[in-house]
Amino acid sequence: MSKLTVSPSPHIKSGQTTKKIMWAVIISLVPAGIAGVYIYGISSLNVIILSILSCTFTEALFLKFRNRDPKTILDGSAILTGLLLAYNLPPQMPFWIPIVGGVVSIILGKQIFGGLGQNIFNPALVGRAFLQISWPVYMTTWKNPRWWPDAVSSATPLAKEVSSHFSYTDLFLGNHAGSLGEVCVIALLIGALFLLFTKIISLHIPLSFIGTVGVITWIFGKEGFFKGDFIFNMLAGGIILGAFFMATDYVTSPLTKKGKIIFGIGCGALTAIIRLRGGYPEGVCYSILFMNAAVPIIDRFTKTRKYGFARKSPSAITF
Amino acid sequence: MASMNFIHPTDFKDIARNKKIELAPIPEKVILPLSQHLGAPSEPVVNTGDSVKTGSLIAQAKGFISSNLHSSISGKVIAVEESPHPIAGSSKAIIIESDGQDIKAYLDLVSTKDISSLSKEEVITLIKEAGIVGLGGAMFPLSVKLSPPPAKKIDSLIINGAECEPFLTCDHRLMLEKPKEIILGAQLIAKVLGVEDITIGIEENKLDAIESLNSALFRFKAKGFKVVSLKTRYPQGGEKQLIKTLFNKEVPSGGLPLDIGIVVNNVQTVFAVYEAVYLRKPLYERVITISGSFSNIAKNILVRIGTPIKDILDYCGLSPKLDIYKIVMGGPMTGVAQSDLNAPIIKGTSGILVMDNRFKLGDEELECIRCSRCIEACPVGLMPCMIGLSSKKEKFDIANSYDPSDCIECGSCSFVCPSNIPLVQLIKLAKVKIKTWS
Repeated sequence: MSKLTVSPSPHIKSGQTTKKIMWAVIISLVPAGIAGVYIYGISSLNVIILSILSCTFTEALFLKFRNRDPKTILDGSAILTGLLLAYNLPPQMPFWIPIVGGVVSIILGKQIFGGLGQNIFNPALVGRAFLQISWPVYMTTWKNPRWWPDAVSSATPLAKEVSSHFSYTDLFLGNHAGSLGEVCVIALLIGALFLLFTKIISLHIPLSFIGTVGVITWIFGKEGFFKGDFIFNMLAGGIILGAFFMATDYVTSPLTKKGKIIFGIGCGALTAIIRLRGGYPEGVCYSILFMNAAVPIIDRFTKTRKYGFARKSPSAITF
Repeated sequence: MASMNFIHPTDFKDIARNKKIELAPIPEKVILPLSQHLGAPSEPVVNTGDSVKTGSLIAQAKGFISSNLHSSISGKVIAVEESPHPIAGSSKAIIIESDGQDIKAYLDLVSTKDISSLSKEEVITLIKEAGIVGLGGAMFPLSVKLSPPPAKKIDSLIINGAECEPFLTCDHRLMLEKPKEIILGAQLIAKVLGVEDITIGIEENKLDAIESLNSALFRFKAKGFKVVSLKTRYPQGGEKQLIKTLFNKEVPSGGLPLDIGIVVNNVQTVFAVYEAVYLRKPLYERVITISGSFSNIAKNILVRIGTPIKDILDYCGLSPKLDIYKIVMGGPMTGVAQSDLNAPIIKGTSGILVMDNRFKLGDEELECIRCSRCIEACPVGLMPCMIGLSSKKEKFDIANSYDPSDCIECGSCSFVCPSNIPLVQLIKLAKVKIKTWS
């Protein structure tokens, strides 16, 4: 008889793996990428390719420095970071911007914390925030859809003075200037449905995030109360991409359902505040980063209810 | 009250579901470990060279939580020594060589008294003498379980026919083939506990077993019984989980079902009670399932306790030429992988699974990505990843703050973990470390 394997129980597994999850998220983002490239022209594909290559190469280099198996690169996490970073960038920019963004995302966003699973902040958003602060002009030079007469330098719908020019249909289809991967809401929702259907993400974060933005912008969006254009605010900018694909990042979001809802509400509230009162027209990126920082404390106060533990009245918080 | 988490693994029960219970041949030799129950090992009452009959007492309970042990064949004691044990690796055992006669010791005991006139104490004594332990796998001495402190009023008896572990079908077959005996056994236990209501919980992947019990109940006009069909999900056969699904009650953390007036017994245990009281037969054989990758060897068989695994697999026709990857005693979720096939079947053995390379779990362990699948799978509502990762970093104080001691070790967290982190093992480690502190 051949040699018997001895391993701890269980002896069967669900079959879901980290690698499969990463690749499923990458696949779910493909429709939005195709839409972006279709809307802004084939040249915007360069941004995606450069960003992915930069992230992958940096990750490979770091894995080598840390004496890790270079095959780990195939787990797909670096490719996903590159893809998400590109989706957060304007469709046309100097070639070195996505490269720098990718390097920063992987090094400052992920590897200095110890690599996969250890980072506090969403790596792609770290990269994007860095680029936004360092080269604000390139990061806000938008491109119009290629069928528009004036090709370059339009404002996004969230720039306050132009918001009234866009119909909901335009917003839904992505017929306006904006970041590469965030414009086409319908394409993003197709991907999001796939992730929900395969149970890779749950609705806790996206619903509470988008819902909170809707409620706050409805109440406080215009002079007087309950007059704001909440549908516009729930569709425009990076909110769909942010709520379904970035805020749901496992590593940088809370563990429990309760925690996820709190996290989503926090992201939504910060986004709405930045949009309505802040200096930036868009707040999704920063609100997620701020809430990422709050995850450890959210986790601490949203432990699960255990079987057989009588519900206790909340005791004094001790530090 | 919060709902409970479950997982839904493929049940693989079609492999052995339709195999009638067969009698396994009497082995040439049996290895009977002194530890096949929870509590103190039993104390041998025979010496090397002694002749024994099938059912003779060979070791007796030592202390309150312990159990008697009987010979499962007739023959001669050839040694009392360290021998392979399917769970502990090795332990002291009584080894008996068969004389091929299978002369029964208990046939001499003619039941003179009518069963219904037996007192509660007499029934408990018969159960205790027969060496019955929980046959669902926990192996807790039954007589202890049936003697709750007088302050505890028991008002419900649950018969556990959930059999939620994939592959296993021995309880299912027993419910199909011996419904009458199970009902009679359950009535005895109910009598001992002074309980009127008996609930039999069976998962709906065994509809024929539900029907079998219901029709037997109808035929014998048995009162007080209720057969409940349960959704098929794991680990519903866990005592505390079954109580929650049936009665929506929770056993307090660190407590026992009797703390809320409930006693749960597996169907095989109930069957053993029937045999011990009606036939005065000690527990020396049980039904197990042989299943796994090779459907040609699949069987449900009545085997003598102490039969080496090797003998059973030979009988089932397992060819040594096959590419066998792993042999597991018990179900695939909580069973123990075997390295030595000389290890015997013990009282708590529910099956032997022979697995080939299709069950290779080859992927290496990755970092936790905090996907929270383990949290959504944990039937106790724990946060396995937090215990597991703290335990891995040897931060047992942090691990302890997530209540590892409430873990029932069902394996659901490891089953769902996409990063292949051995969460159950890490939690077990935390439990041991924390226990040694206090």
